[in-house]
Amino acid sequence: MANNEPILKVKDLAVKFNEEKILDGLNFEINEGEVLAVIGPNGAGKTTLFKALLGMQPHDGEIKWRKDLKIGYVPQRMEIETDIPLTVLEFLWLRGSENFSEEKAREAIKSVLLKEEILDSGLGEISVGQRQRILIAWALLGKPQVLLFDEPTADIDISGQESIYQLLHHLQDKYNLTVILISHDLNVVYKYAERVLCLNRKLICFGSPQEILNTEQIQKLYGGGHAFYHHLEKHQY
Amino acid sequence: MEGILPQLLAGIFISAAASLLGVFAILKRMSLVGDALSHVALPGIALALFLKINPFLGALAFLFVSAFGIWILEYRTKLSVDTIVGVFFTASLAAGALFIPELDILEALFGDIEKLTSTDILVSVSLSLALILFLLSVHKKLALHMVSQDMASSIGINSKQLEFIFLMLFSLGVALGIKFIGALLMGALIIIPAAAAKNISRSLRGFMALSVAFGILSAISGVYLASIYNLPPGPIFILSGTAIFILSFISRGIFRR
Repeated sequence: MANNEPILKVKDLAVKFNEEKILDGLNFEINEGEVLAVIGPNGAGKTTLFKALLGMQPHDGEIKWRKDLKIGYVPQRMEIETDIPLTVLEFLWLRGSENFSEEKAREAIKSVLLKEEILDSGLGEISVGQRQRILIAWALLGKPQVLLFDEPTADIDISGQESIYQLLHHLQDKYNLTVILISHDLNVVYKYAERVLCLNRKLICFGSPQEILNTEQIQKLYGGGHAFYHHLEKHQY
Repeated sequence: MEGILPQLLAGIFISAAASLLGVFAILKRMSLVGDALSHVALPGIALALFLKINPFLGALAFLFVSAFGIWILEYRTKLSVDTIVGVFFTASLAAGALFIPELDILEALFGDIEKLTSTDILVSVSLSLALILFLLSVHKKLALHMVSQDMASSIGINSKQLEFIFLMLFSLGVALGIKFIGALLMGALIIIPAAAAKNISRSLRGFMALSVAFGILSAISGVYLASIYNLPPGPIFILSGTAIFILSFISRGIFRR
């Protein structure tokens, strides 16, 4: 089953909005089963990169996924009203996956370590952290080989963000998932990613966290070392 | 009672279709756009009266064109759709009021179900039924699109296309209600039953079923009370719907704390 061909090859990727270059000249590859973290300051084009990878964003250059690949997407946030008339079960059902059944929904819920009872809750009533897990379950229902995970920005306080990464790690092992994540937390990147892509409209650096996450590179990316130290202090305990 | 049966039939079907549309309009939070859109029917009615063709066709044509305009604007300009809709659609209400002959203005604004011919009723019922069936066939995609456009796109749902389809269905729904309830109140026919249902539903299925039930209930009471007291059914429909909304709002306060 092992396939040495990269699961994704990106060549000269560029995205423009009204002549403004949002992404320019991106080249990188990912192998099966790897965790790639995309980091960069606000407005660096991280979410645009995701949308391009998902085929939701017109672009120049080449994005070549391995054939017949299924990709799951977990968006950064989902703005919904707390009283939206939609249960968690219905939300999973809306995905329209083949042979959807309550049994499958229950399995998906268990795989993200939530209790079955949550299926009957309203999607707007559950906590942000729970909803994030539901979004992962939603993506898993499509039996993806690749998961694109957009981390909520640091300004949203999500308790148990750490455990989300443990969960992702666990799912990655279980399903041999390739994971591409947008992260704002360099500690997470250090712990969970095998490769790091620093992005600021252009590719600033690409490599292992040990190579990349040194002060020089981070300064180049964020225009100062401050952000990195700030994050480290905040999450050390 | 026998005399109002055909009207009742038309009212029930139109209202069921409208209240099902309302479910998705509310999920999309576009109740105001929907309300304003219904006003666009007026210049269409004026033109139809002038050309001596069926006002339904005039209304439908104008609605389709405006819905298409909204759709383009949403993707092409940076202006807020709300602003544009607010300005131009109120203008079309004014234009309609100016150009519709005084004799017909009340009917255009508030509808007159008694004037429905048997052909009208046949057309209304069958188009409403088609609208309902079509909505049901795409309701999963629509609901997902309304809840999260990103997630819908990520599984290959074409958002632009779906939005276009929805706006066209919405226009058809509005046009169907013109004779029954008039251009002024049609937005309410779509929104009120769904708004009431949302107050007390926790699931999408419940939301859809209750909205349709409330719509039908309001239509029945509208047509029935109108025939007894010899009043126009449109306003009574809206008032019954509002009464249901208030009741649902109160019971939500009691049961959800």
